[in-house]
Amino acid sequence: MRWCEAPGAWIGLEVLQNYGCRMISGLWLTIELVLISFTLGLVIGLALALLRLNGPRPLAMLITGYMTFFRGTPLLGQLFLIYYGLGSFRLFWQDVGLWWLFREPYYCCLLAFTANTAAYQAEIFRGAFLALPRGQTEAAEALGLNRIATYWTVLLPQAMITALRPLGNELIVMIKASALASLVTLFDLMGATKLAFARSFDLNIYLVAALLYLGLVEIIRRIWDAMERRLTRHLVLH
Amino acid sequence: MDKYLTLLSFGPEGWGDELLSGALVTISVALATLPFGLALGLGVALAKRSDNRLLRAVGTAYTTIFRGVPELLTLYIIYFGVQVLVQALWKGLGLPGTIELSPFVSGVVALGIVLGAFSAEVWLGALNAVHKGQREAAAALGLSKAQTFRLVVLPQVFRVALPGLGNNWMVLLKETSLVSVITLQDTMFIATRANVTTKEPFLFFGVAMLIYLFFSVISATGLSRIEARTNRAYAPAGGRRP
Repeated sequence: MRWCEAPGAWIGLEVLQNYGCRMISGLWLTIELVLISFTLGLVIGLALALLRLNGPRPLAMLITGYMTFFRGTPLLGQLFLIYYGLGSFRLFWQDVGLWWLFREPYYCCLLAFTANTAAYQAEIFRGAFLALPRGQTEAAEALGLNRIATYWTVLLPQAMITALRPLGNELIVMIKASALASLVTLFDLMGATKLAFARSFDLNIYLVAALLYLGLVEIIRRIWDAMERRLTRHLVLH
Repeated sequence: MDKYLTLLSFGPEGWGDELLSGALVTISVALATLPFGLALGLGVALAKRSDNRLLRAVGTAYTTIFRGVPELLTLYIIYFGVQVLVQALWKGLGLPGTIELSPFVSGVVALGIVLGAFSAEVWLGALNAVHKGQREAAAALGLSKAQTFRLVVLPQVFRVALPGLGNNWMVLLKETSLVSVITLQDTMFIATRANVTTKEPFLFFGVAMLIYLFFSVISATGLSRIEARTNRAYAPAGGRRP
């Protein structure tokens, strides 16, 4: 017996014993999808927020449009638009050498998730920067710091305190939203669960999946609490 | 270009009328879910504030579970799981025939349960924002507990809760797209079917996205107007009128 079959055998749930290994690899795929897209989204989101606040007007408007689109439409639709929609221009992608990306549901998922979370994270960062008192920028200027140093050493650390909570919420939203990957043939945790249910008709497997998702969310919540304590250790909050 | 216009036209060859009916289903699901989810959320928020430990534990468990489980999973559990329970109950009571939860009912129930969990947090924050003195003053005036809640607390809670509830609505609007996976014929479902028939995925999913975008933009505008209205008595002195 492999180790991933053990929990099912131990609690005497046949469907979990039979599909335990698939569930574990599904869980891993879920974590992988979320971690990659969230991290990419963090970098892109921060860049978008800074460009929207400081960039030239046409670029700022373009970014506003991007953010409105991705925050105003469902992720499911964005995923289908990329996987089926963009994926239908096969000849074009082959010409530009990007067919490998639009052919694979895995990459389409990563693309859709990243584009979506980048828009939400950009809004979080924008709000956090706008909430900072103007005096912070002026003081940095008076000290002779250039723009990059102002952002990196003065504004960003303070903005992160405001942004941390909503970023954690966004990560949790992404964990839950990653279940949509199962709708474009991927066997993430949700996909593995659906497969197990379709073959066994045992509803308990859905409850197992719910517990696994809850566990993931709980872990994130604890990590975030620890990070918040560290970021605010110079403030008297507790 | 002509081809695309034909595909989007209203009539036997175009998908315009189907897409419109899909858009109507989307907005109906959202509107049907809203009162159910908000009422549920208010109830859960009150449970989380109650003096009864059991009620508090139930409220906390409810919000923890339904905010942590993917909406898609909740939808499946309601659609498949509750279906089985309801049918077993129907049989157990010895009622004639069979009963089936329609996709519409399942969708509204699942989305409502999730909305209940998220809006409970908003209600809770707003309830905590009402000053204790308000309740004391109401008690001093001889209002009963129910009267205090209905006439004094709730109107103030609503103003504070509105931005958060507005957010909940925007999320709900987009979440309705999930009901397409349990065969409810909403915007996404119609777009998927149109794609299967015409092999024009980019056109139809693009139009579907524009429909959602339209609803989102309308909602955002409407919400900021309502917010301005509920805050009109609170505009800062000398400040710009919203």
